[in-house]
Amino acid sequence: MRIARAIFLAGAALAMLASMARAETTLRIGLGEDPDALDPTTARTFVGRIVFASLCDKLFDIGPHMEIVPQLATGYRWAPDNKALTITLRQGVLFHDGEKMDAAAVKYSLERHLKLPGSNRKGEISAVTSIDVIDDHTVTLNLATPFAPLLAQLTDRAGMVLSPKAAAAAGEKFSAHPVCAGPFKFVERVAQDRIVLERFDQYWDKDKIHLDRIIFLPIPDASVRLANLQSGGLDMIERVAPSDLAQLKGNAKVKTASIVELGYQTITLNLANGPGAASPLAKDPRIREALDLALDRDALNEVVFEGQFAPGNQWVPPTSPYYVKELPPPKRDLAKAKRLLKEAGHSEISVDFMVPNDSLQMQVAQVIQAMAKEAGITLNIHATEFASSLNLAEKGEFDAYLFGWSGRIDPDANLYNFLACKGTLNYSHYCNGAVDREIDAAREVTDPAERLKHYAKVAEQVLKDRPVLYLYHRQWIYGFTTRLTGFTPLPDGLIRPQGLMLH
Amino acid sequence: MLIYLLRRVAVIVPTLFFVSILIFGLQQLLPGDPALALAGEERDPSVIAHLHEKYHLDEPLPVRYALWLGGVLQGDLGESIRINKPVLDLVLEKLPVTAELAGLAIVIALMIGIPAGVLSAVKNGTWVDYAANVFALWGLSTPNFWLGFLLILLFSVHLGILPASGYVSPAEDLGQNLRSLILPAFVLGNAIAAVMMRHTRSAMLQVLGMDYVRTARAKGLAERVVILKHALRNALVPIVTLGALEFGQLLSGAVLTEQVFTIPGFGKLIVDAVFNRDYAVVQGVVLCTATAYIVLNLCADLIYFLVNPRLRS
Repeated sequence: MRIARAIFLAGAALAMLASMARAETTLRIGLGEDPDALDPTTARTFVGRIVFASLCDKLFDIGPHMEIVPQLATGYRWAPDNKALTITLRQGVLFHDGEKMDAAAVKYSLERHLKLPGSNRKGEISAVTSIDVIDDHTVTLNLATPFAPLLAQLTDRAGMVLSPKAAAAAGEKFSAHPVCAGPFKFVERVAQDRIVLERFDQYWDKDKIHLDRIIFLPIPDASVRLANLQSGGLDMIERVAPSDLAQLKGNAKVKTASIVELGYQTITLNLANGPGAASPLAKDPRIREALDLALDRDALNEVVFEGQFAPGNQWVPPTSPYYVKELPPPKRDLAKAKRLLKEAGHSEISVDFMVPNDSLQMQVAQVIQAMAKEAGITLNIHATEFASSLNLAEKGEFDAYLFGWSGRIDPDANLYNFLACKGTLNYSHYCNGAVDREIDAAREVTDPAERLKHYAKVAEQVLKDRPVLYLYHRQWIYGFTTRLTGFTPLPDGLIRPQGLMLH
Repeated sequence: MLIYLLRRVAVIVPTLFFVSILIFGLQQLLPGDPALALAGEERDPSVIAHLHEKYHLDEPLPVRYALWLGGVLQGDLGESIRINKPVLDLVLEKLPVTAELAGLAIVIALMIGIPAGVLSAVKNGTWVDYAANVFALWGLSTPNFWLGFLLILLFSVHLGILPASGYVSPAEDLGQNLRSLILPAFVLGNAIAAVMMRHTRSAMLQVLGMDYVRTARAKGLAERVVILKHALRNALVPIVTLGALEFGQLLSGAVLTEQVFTIPGFGKLIVDAVFNRDYAVVQGVVLCTATAYIVLNLCADLIYFLVNPRLRS
């Protein structure tokens, strides 16, 4: 009798321990914006990609040194002429609806990215002309001409594999309930309020997942985001303002982590686009050089960003393997700037400076304005709403434009659209045939050292022509509770759930 | 009375029609191409072309208006370009949130404003009156977002007793719902309370000077009965109608407060829609708010009628 009772009590204790060990953990992440439609084919926001990092796995991912690592694919092989990429797929991967991921699903997804009207991925992988299913776990992507950046594109939304069954059934409404192969599956979304994801028990790498739920809460105001973290309303926030870092460092319940981004912030100068091309800045490279030399990038960083961001002068940060080390950021040289201005025949010039009316951008613009004034260059700041500024930039109604790019893994994606003659985001309308040839050459070789040689030549010319003055690279700064372990930021700024543990 | 009512209802439709034309036209004044604002960072020309075609952005204005109106008459308010969700769904999702916030704000406003106004009128000229007037001035002058931030700092970060932002629906957790709305409701209600207080005060002062109040006092009624039962009841009439009008205004979405507290209501919806040039959402929300405001106006007039017997003849 006593033994029976003892066994019963022991059993109850064990059951209780087991249930305690399985207490549900929910990670609440504060995002800087509300994501757009959660469809990898049409998605276009950075915060959307943060959600996808938990929702939709991709063929490849990036590692801590921006190298390509396997995810849904296990390996790849370029054909000898670089016009075909053969990808081997992981076995035993299931979509959230239980369907199997195979080569046919990958082909379906890639074709959807290429052909769906309104697809934002088409421009990214347009080099792919056809996709062949070799067997259940091998696909070959055929290209018309070699395109080295293709692999990097497959580490982002273009490489996300969707369940063909769910996608075909939902059609355009796929974003209402996305079904992919990520560690978490979609539960619900309330616009501008929350996105709720739940652990997918049949995830192929489930041993690395220690959370039961993730809730994304878009909170656009940085101070309110911070207040939520400090009050315990959130477990993690992204894009902490540099000025708030000191406050967080003083809080014992909160940790921070940061990493330099893949992108950059610039002053884009109008060289040949519409009305702005009549400015003295457009006509004489010496004036552009004067402006460049009037800037003190380190001081800018100290004043506006408390020294937290990284000054730069190229389309990749100094930490990138594609940075041309022989061309470091110039130091301020006010005397030379004034002399160059005089040589160009001016003692004072006036330039229209278009700035998106975000408070941080305005601060940057005002510091630049003060620095340039000392060299005799007056920058007239026109604070413009972001969407309008894009419109005006396209039409060339600016002399100088404070403009940033969020950055991609492959350096080509950081410069082709902006510096190539046919670049779609080349608001400056810069066009240099030699530079174009080097950029194209860098696309066609896959060896990084070879590509760097071409980019070095591009850097030499572009830093001389100065269609764009690269200023700095932001740091992605995260704040999170000390109860969260296992978080490593990567340069693309995404929050990967693998390894995260909430105690 | 019935005829009056019918006439008022009949005016609603042309008013809404006019409002819709106005907002449709005003939106076109917004610089920038909506397709460009929504085409993503790469601004792929083929995507922009597709968006232009899908949402008829190249058609002349009257054609687009006719297409939109046709949809509305069939119950289709269009779709949000940003998240591909029907505008009607968004409106139905956000309306209860804003309605609840507005309702709570009005309740707080009444709870603070009316007693303050009564006290201030009764103790006219004393320090109580002075203090109440200072409170009113403070309530009217304080920017909503500033007060909001301060309250978040105090109650969420330092005291930790209320959530800093966000919203939980009452169906999910009523306690948490109230906790998430109390701060924004107070911020909104506090400004309206100030207005209420001033109106109550002047209405009470006027009523307290009337003959029938003197008669009531002469009859030997307790002062409290005189003030609350006889004076306040008559003074309340304009206050209640004011409340209905303020409620209508709140329904259009307390934009700043909702941004600060991240309440997913109408205000937040419309701000994001304007920045993203999400025309259909702006149209839909404005139409709904205009309808609500007109109906509430009508209710305010009706309350006036019902409460004041002299107007019924």
